[in-house]
Amino acid sequence: MSFSRQVIASCIYPELIDSDKMPLDVRERAKTLLECIGGSVGCYSDTIGIPIMRDSVSDFLTRRDEGVPSASGNIFITHGSDHGFGLLLTMLVRGDRSPLVGVLTPVPSQDFGNALVASGATAVPYYLDGQQGWRLHTEELQRALRSAREVCDPIALYVINPGDPTGHVQSRESMEEIIRFVYEEKLLLFANEDHQDILIGEGCMFISYKKVLAEMGSPFSDAVELASIHSASKGFMGEGGLHGGYLELVNFDPSVQIEFDRLISLLGLPIIGQLALEVMLNPLQPGEPSYEQYQEEIQHIRETLVHNVTRAFEVLDSLPGISCEPINGGASMFPRLHLPHIAIHQAKEEKLPDFFYCSRLLEQTGLCVCPGSDLGLPEGTYHIRLCIMTSVDTMEEVLRRLGKFHKQFMKDFS
Amino acid sequence: MSQKEVNGSSHRGKVLTLETMNQNVRQVEYAVRGPMVLRAVQIEEELKKGVKKPFTEVIKANVGDAHAMGQKPITFIRQVLALCAYPALLEDDKFPEDAKLRARRILDGCGGQSIGAYSASQGIECIRKDVASYIEKRDGGIPSNHENIYLSTGASDAIVTMLKLLICGEGRTRTGVMISIPQYPLYSAALTELQGVQINYYLDEDKCWGLDVGELRRSLTAAREHCNPRALCIINPGNPTGQVQSRQCIEDVIRFAKEEGLLLMADEVYQDNVYAEGCVFHSFKKVLFEMGPEFSSVVELVSFHSTSKCYMGECGFRGGYMEVVNLDPEVKAQLTKLVSVRLCSPVSGQALMDVVVNPPQPGEPSYATFTKERAAVLADLAEKAKLTEESFNNVPGFHCNPVQGAMYTFPRITIPQKAIDQAKAAGQAPDQMYCMKLLETTGICLVPGSGFGQREGTFHFRMTILPPKEKLKYVLEKIAEFNAQFLQDYS
Repeated sequence: MSFSRQVIASCIYPELIDSDKMPLDVRERAKTLLECIGGSVGCYSDTIGIPIMRDSVSDFLTRRDEGVPSASGNIFITHGSDHGFGLLLTMLVRGDRSPLVGVLTPVPSQDFGNALVASGATAVPYYLDGQQGWRLHTEELQRALRSAREVCDPIALYVINPGDPTGHVQSRESMEEIIRFVYEEKLLLFANEDHQDILIGEGCMFISYKKVLAEMGSPFSDAVELASIHSASKGFMGEGGLHGGYLELVNFDPSVQIEFDRLISLLGLPIIGQLALEVMLNPLQPGEPSYEQYQEEIQHIRETLVHNVTRAFEVLDSLPGISCEPINGGASMFPRLHLPHIAIHQAKEEKLPDFFYCSRLLEQTGLCVCPGSDLGLPEGTYHIRLCIMTSVDTMEEVLRRLGKFHKQFMKDFS
Repeated sequence: MSQKEVNGSSHRGKVLTLETMNQNVRQVEYAVRGPMVLRAVQIEEELKKGVKKPFTEVIKANVGDAHAMGQKPITFIRQVLALCAYPALLEDDKFPEDAKLRARRILDGCGGQSIGAYSASQGIECIRKDVASYIEKRDGGIPSNHENIYLSTGASDAIVTMLKLLICGEGRTRTGVMISIPQYPLYSAALTELQGVQINYYLDEDKCWGLDVGELRRSLTAAREHCNPRALCIINPGNPTGQVQSRQCIEDVIRFAKEEGLLLMADEVYQDNVYAEGCVFHSFKKVLFEMGPEFSSVVELVSFHSTSKCYMGECGFRGGYMEVVNLDPEVKAQLTKLVSVRLCSPVSGQALMDVVVNPPQPGEPSYATFTKERAAVLADLAEKAKLTEESFNNVPGFHCNPVQGAMYTFPRITIPQKAIDQAKAAGQAPDQMYCMKLLETTGICLVPGSGFGQREGTFHFRMTILPPKEKLKYVLEKIAEFNAQFLQDYS
């Protein structure tokens, strides 16, 4: 986004604030931010985030959730969503004491199994429904919980909404079910809402877990311990490398919340990441010089995504042996491969079938995608994950290579 | 809305309580940002509200944050980073060519030519190569391989990563890590969180905080009774003590590490901050290799550096690296795996590190200005180091070792028995009580020596030498005044 980068560059090199090379709103924003961060982006940040940043986050959340209040004391700035999730895990684990703490985690999802193991917790998979748009069923959560209780002490439920790679956006009803579930089973609720900025499905709306929780009223709204995770890494900002994100804690024990501060003290938060976050959450207003360009850039990104998804479905629909659930959000597509028996058989000699497919795809076309087995899916179904957050031309090329390869593959193994 | 109003109350027990959470986290103490700072922030709030105090501002001489104390950033560095952040500026002729050259190189190493893209977890390859070249040049040609370089979120991140790798075992076989006392509390905090065993070895205050192998041996022998010592950490130049170890000393440490089978962790973040005449920074790696293959092919060494200190002072960027030497290849593979589980370090910090290791060369447009600015920062620090040492040694009851390097002074102070008794009755460390009173009386925020560790019965505080000269003079005066009053009050 031009505006955010202009602001960041001006904060890094304040000579730009005095020159007229930058639009007025950029210069004013940079000036304000610099004053709040102690005059230089080179200063240490406060350990849980610069106060003005935390205020910006809580203001944003109050606006986003249409009045559901947010207090900056419940906001912790992070390096991004993975970092936020890692912090939560660190708070939970109890060393090597048996039983290990367990976190119910969705499958398929990005492989943070490692992060969980590295932290000393156990990942307890619950399977999203690949036949129904990757919905979450409470029965499946109950099954997962029951099996978890035999091997660990399950203490939290981790949900990703909008889902990645699944592209699923939860309905309010589904979210209420989840909340009821965690309330009854006495679990913490961790909601990764990193992809909330851009929805693809027509008519799809993002509602935050916090809002749903608040609107459910007592006894849920003041009991369920919810941690929401968001960052500037995804959506229209896409600034993963800058490391700006936040956690909001709702209904956590205040004395535990103080310990968070102690935990975060050890390493430092980059200032630049917080600048990116601040601009994302405190966008331009109509009338400001850079407003139109800013809106255009967001629109362009949204349109590109929608276009990419539409094109992808067109291509996939024309191919045999490949199907995909609707994509309503997130940055990925997760088509299912209906592989011929011969392929499955040959694959099993060396590796998992979808991995086999992906290796051949890479070797033959230079296209690198992720096999579904990497995202925790069990044997029997095969998927690939590809990124749709790319330029129209790149997407076209991706689809061309995939289409050609896939047709040949299905022929070779029929 | 206030936090209390938002949070409300619930009668149901919480899932996550002080009892059910990670107990190691509760025990972590980090004095540099501990209770003193909390109180300092409160006082700042009070001043803002117009509460009358014997001073008009809080002076935060507790943390090594150069820019917060008014140190100017280096122009060239900020130019390159601005170009990286907003590449449209590459068209702007106000920016010098050498800055643009470096920005383009960095952007070429970034996904999609953007510092907003995630990088490989170990760090952008061309930057690691530049770091390796820098190390080779610094160490007189001793080769450095970029595959042994890991870019990190400040040096702290890399230090914690290594500790994670090292700590294992149970009971008597639990990993022990030797750290110098006084020490930078990151080490003790990390060891607490990771449940490693802290093994203290004392620096010798009477010998300018020198390191004595006899003391290393004493400490190690005692530690072997109850844990499995596997690593030795050393900070050179030292924090909080400011000593610059002699070459002989470094050789002695290397020899000791080889004899005793210890991995060496050399925290060298202050390597450019050397002031005292006759003092020179010797990198552990250079000395190791100059000791010949008997040592250089065997001793496992990890060196750490950062962009937060030296002449750059860019704490907010979180740039850093570690170089691993002689690590078992399989262990190194595990390290790479451990690092890959998490995100890369912030790309803007990686970019900054690239500029630090790739500064303007003679003949380049920015060379003169860069050299001048760098020299000015270091000269200013050197002057303040000397001023502080002299000033404190004129304070009755203070003994201040020369500030040979780094950014801090760690004088030994005298606390009368009456004050010691009062502090102990209040459950406070005596130097903490001293520092609290100093804060309340003068607005000057320091860190009590008890936060760093010190010999039993001695008291210290750590003060940074970062405030601008005039402010520093004021601080030194005020401390002297306060001290005189304190001694009188408790005589």
